[in-house]
Amino acid sequence: MYTQALNNSEAEDRHIEDAARAAQFQARIDADERIEPNDWMPAAYRKTLTRQISQHAHSEIVGMLPEGNWITRAPSLRRKAALLAKVQDECGHGLYLYAAAETLGTSREELVDQMLAGKAKYSSIFNYPTLTWADIGVIGWLVDGAAIMNQIPLCRCSYGPYARAMIRVCKEESFHQRQGFEIMLTLSRGSEEQRAMAQSALDRWWWPVLMMFGPPDSASQHSDTSTKWKIKRFSNDELRQKFVDATVPQAHYLGLAIPDAGMKRDPTTGHWQFSAIDWDEFKQVLAGNGPCNRDRIAARRKAHDEGAWVPEAAAAYAEKRKQRAVARAA
Amino acid sequence: MATPNTPLWEVFIRSRNGLAHKHVGSLHAADTTLALQAARDIYTRRGEGLSIWVVPSSAITASDPAEKGMMFGPAQSKIYRHPTFYDVPEEVGHM
Repeated sequence: MYTQALNNSEAEDRHIEDAARAAQFQARIDADERIEPNDWMPAAYRKTLTRQISQHAHSEIVGMLPEGNWITRAPSLRRKAALLAKVQDECGHGLYLYAAAETLGTSREELVDQMLAGKAKYSSIFNYPTLTWADIGVIGWLVDGAAIMNQIPLCRCSYGPYARAMIRVCKEESFHQRQGFEIMLTLSRGSEEQRAMAQSALDRWWWPVLMMFGPPDSASQHSDTSTKWKIKRFSNDELRQKFVDATVPQAHYLGLAIPDAGMKRDPTTGHWQFSAIDWDEFKQVLAGNGPCNRDRIAARRKAHDEGAWVPEAAAAYAEKRKQRAVARAA
Repeated sequence: MATPNTPLWEVFIRSRNGLAHKHVGSLHAADTTLALQAARDIYTRRGEGLSIWVVPSSAITASDPAEKGMMFGPAQSKIYRHPTFYDVPEEVGHM
């Protein structure tokens, strides 16, 4: 899953660097060459990518929480097996991404600690609760659907390790979206209560999902650098529109209503026009005031602290075996 | 609160019989057994492989990308190492 355009690269980091090297670097980017870990890169490029990739990794890991909430209560064995596999995939995606971030020179431990300390962000979408089983359907269908829209262009991102990780992630992601849609289809063809549950989940998730694409282009001053560096290939608004256009017909097929009374199709462009997004809500959630921000961080800290003995024991065992091998050789 | 740095491993997977092991990514693990198990879980959840190699990243010696000119440049001028350098008359057919 789950990248999010947060668009807050720090302009103040852009100190003066060797102009010739910077020009050479930009020429490589313009020629669509991939940048690899040991290549020279501007400090701001390294910093922007470290932040973006690690936020993306944190999102995968935190994203396991709202879905993990339903594993033990999945309505059938088929659904349970699929949800387990999906949550396991998210963990794998987190690991690919931490590995990609580490190639830029910051260790995974450090990155994880930044998240646990509340210094690093993760996607705002995971600060919303999963109240019913239908929420699991909506997460797969819409949250993963939005993530795919965001991630497909990243497969061509200028930084090699990130692009390669994204190719693996995107391959695995399409199962996630389809299993979510199947859940929605079953519910929307089910009893009156099931249909109502599906509609209520869509009502609650629709707007937060649109926010996943990040602030509107008019409000984001920084995406120009990411575009210049070919980290970002489409603007937030372009991706959001693409997502809406793809999703509305799917909602119609399900017989569910998009919770936007003002939504209409522009007859000339064919695009679905949606109403204004409540960006204050987005800012509030990013600032730590969403419905589940504190729960999510508390759950991550608890898992980190209570699981600390595992890497410690593994390291102690590896050390013991090493000592024994040395003793045997002597 | 930082946990100890666990060694980094590079993972190579043979996807089918007859193909070479190919680099797929890296992971952290305390020892060889755990590295193999983690590689299985992270990189072969959908039957991507028949065989896995894990190699400590520290055991890899890499060429310096900054010296790629010196390293690979000499091969570029030796076009006579390619079959297309040589003329074979059309009448002779495929060779």
